Amino acid sequence: MANFYTDNRDLRFHLKHPAMEKIVRLKEMDYRDRGQYDYAPCDFEDAMDNYDRVLEIIGSICSEVIAPNAVDVDLEGPTVADGHVTYARGTLENHEALTRAGVIGMNFPRKYDGLNFPMVPYVMAAELVSRADAGFANIWGLQDCGETILEFASEEIRDEFLPRFNKGATAAMDLTEPDAGSDLQAVQLKAHYDESKGTWLLNGVKRFITNGDAGISLVLARSEEGTSDGRGLSLFVYDKADGGARVRRIENKMGIKGSPTCELVFRNAPAKLIGERRLGLIKYVMSLMNGARLGVGAQSVGIAQAAYEEAKKYASERKQFGKTIDQFPAVYEMLTVMRVRLEAMRSLLYETARFVDTYKGWSFISGERTLTKEERDDLKVNTRLADIYTPLVKLISSEWCNSIAYDALQIHGGAGFIKDFPVERLYRDARITSIYEGTSQLQVVAAIRGVTTGGYLAQIREYDKMEVRPEMEYLKKKLAGLTDDFEKRVAQVMAAGNNELTDFHARRLVEMAANIIMGYLLLQDAQRDQVYASSVELFIPMAISENRMKSDFIAAFEEKELGLYKVS
Amino acid sequence: MNGIKIVVLAKQVPDTRNVGPDAMKADGTVNRSVLPAIFNPEDLNALEQALRIKDSYEGVTVTLLTMGPVRAAEIIREGLYRGADDGVLLTDRAFAGSDTLATSYALALAVRRLAPDLVLGGRQAIDGDTAQVGPQVAEKLGWPQVTYAEEMHFEGGRLIIRRRLERGVETVSAPLPLVVTVNGTAPACRYRNARLLMKYKYARTDTELQAESSDYIAAGRPAVRLTEWGVEAISADPEQLGISGSPTKVKEIENVILQAKESKRLTASDRDIESLVRELLENHTIG
Repeated sequence: MANFYTDNRDLRFHLKHPAMEKIVRLKEMDYRDRGQYDYAPCDFEDAMDNYDRVLEIIGSICSEVIAPNAVDVDLEGPTVADGHVTYARGTLENHEALTRAGVIGMNFPRKYDGLNFPMVPYVMAAELVSRADAGFANIWGLQDCGETILEFASEEIRDEFLPRFNKGATAAMDLTEPDAGSDLQAVQLKAHYDESKGTWLLNGVKRFITNGDAGISLVLARSEEGTSDGRGLSLFVYDKADGGARVRRIENKMGIKGSPTCELVFRNAPAKLIGERRLGLIKYVMSLMNGARLGVGAQSVGIAQAAYEEAKKYASERKQFGKTIDQFPAVYEMLTVMRVRLEAMRSLLYETARFVDTYKGWSFISGERTLTKEERDDLKVNTRLADIYTPLVKLISSEWCNSIAYDALQIHGGAGFIKDFPVERLYRDARITSIYEGTSQLQVVAAIRGVTTGGYLAQIREYDKMEVRPEMEYLKKKLAGLTDDFEKRVAQVMAAGNNELTDFHARRLVEMAANIIMGYLLLQDAQRDQVYASSVELFIPMAISENRMKSDFIAAFEEKELGLYKVS
Repeated sequence: MNGIKIVVLAKQVPDTRNVGPDAMKADGTVNRSVLPAIFNPEDLNALEQALRIKDSYEGVTVTLLTMGPVRAAEIIREGLYRGADDGVLLTDRAFAGSDTLATSYALALAVRRLAPDLVLGGRQAIDGDTAQVGPQVAEKLGWPQVTYAEEMHFEGGRLIIRRRLERGVETVSAPLPLVVTVNGTAPACRYRNARLLMKYKYARTDTELQAESSDYIAAGRPAVRLTEWGVEAISADPEQLGISGSPTKVKEIENVILQAKESKRLTASDRDIESLVRELLENHTIG
């Protein structure tokens, strides 16, 4: 039987990363749940065996239920009637299979009926579900909202909402509005506390809300009258069972059609405040968005994997000029570049997931006891790394997902332009990844801090300390050369002291850093397993030529040329 | 039907759906080492029916009953991962070599001891393809039986069962206690549940525990023990078990090798198609 988990060796390889020992110990708090919960692991091996076997369950549901349903779900889509959404038949089937398998609320502590899994296996599950159906991956992946409830809501709210996830509750994050998309500070939806009813009431409109008719919704609303910026916004949790929010319409989208994108009208909808007032956007939504961005990273890798599989299969079957088309250099180059990029972005994805796991582990423990100085330092370092790596993953994997889907369709030739092959849907589904949860351009705005503060460089120098096999020394030297060049260009841009110039070159600089980082990560992978040796050998020359192009452009660029680019 | 007790008959079988060239040994017996052991597919359909009844009513228990070597305990674990409450492994050297008659004798005795209200099983196993065991168990218990079931629900204390037959669909009703065999056209079994898997993955029979000689499982986990029954546990007459209790004797096994020269070329003409249809009807391939 096909299984999306076991048919891809990269996943087990990343699951078995040496850093997992620490990550699992932090997450399981030295395995203290053993004896208390009959499904808690008693040690590291036991926990790892659990992740592996649960991913195997998810892998088979993905290949046997979700992927086969994807075609009909794309055609049928959700519908809206009487202010509420009905999912496509296949969507309901997918959701029921995963709910029954008990894999919703994967990260939550056991006391909320969660599985208490770290991010690494959770992100893997997200990748698998996305490979099967990217639109459905949103509905499943919005269990992320539970993380925000767990981290910031009161005990009472946690007890009320978190156990519902495992029973199949879906969630939504209601952030954007007609006039507040990328700029969430402009959110207008109003929250006021009604003394007579003893509850907060929400009034206003939300737009572009994925899975907007979910059972549990996190709503960003203006709670402070007379304010107009982000500091007047708070985060609320709305229970669909309480009523007050209606779906006005759902968008007719290009891709991810199974996932309903809703316009919502709130009329005196009762809601509960999460955490403190005024921290809605500046603290809670930032955290929520980071989780969602990692989710889109996983989604992008999943779609790219699906597109690559389709292209590889088609190219191995399609014959022209007397041979299968994968025998022609123009085609096999595309396929190999796709594979290497997939491996590179996957390594970046799980590296980031490990940083997130480590800081989340420590910060959860810090809620119970004071951390030692070393522990606090480790928390700080990993928080910072997670912060600068998350936009990098979102940027690189969504952009590459698009280019891989583009090439996969290209390999299909005319057949790819016709709706008979899955690649046509994958191409449409891919398109959103570089747009939602912050466009690529906004990821660059977030990531450029990693360039200007030296965060990426410091981590790259850290990677450079690794021991490599003698035959790979030359690759490490090449990466060191790329790093020097990167440092030079950063210094050059910074020296101008012109923010607009920095913004102008930001994407180039961020992508240069990303290429170097992925080069080191693949080099690391190749130390652990020889099968990745060819990947790093292939990737580094690509990185060199890409970085050189960007570097040459920056080197030759004069500040005054900026004026030529301006749109009058 | 709150509180009823269901027994699901399940068999561990070699996966004959993906047979390679070395699937049979020279002596005509199944080469079990190259075929993975799996949960008989239609027994999984039966388990799903049992679990659906359990989902719909209060206090329903589902117990798996399997007969086989020690390694067949895996079938019980598979059932537990999907939501069964417990299971019994019938295992004893005396059972070895049993045909369908001896097997149903042993199973019927075990069912008696478990005293369920309803017994569900797959229509047939993919290794023997006899479809005899379920009906024989019913006969030995003296209970009514319904075969080819596809869907079932309770109405006024009786089980209403939709049967998938060759020429159509029949709906019947039957009182408890009852034996029902389930068709492969019934809904597929649900997937394993993550939490149940983590809970039961170390469930072992006593024999398995001894063989593994692992302190790890015993020390690290609240031990979940699987019930193992031998001949004595079901008070069986050894004469009616194993080879001595099995009237079926395999006289000879022939390897059928299909050769390409047996192929026939047809054109798209009405006459060719008609003659093919007639031929298929005559040799009972269809109809």
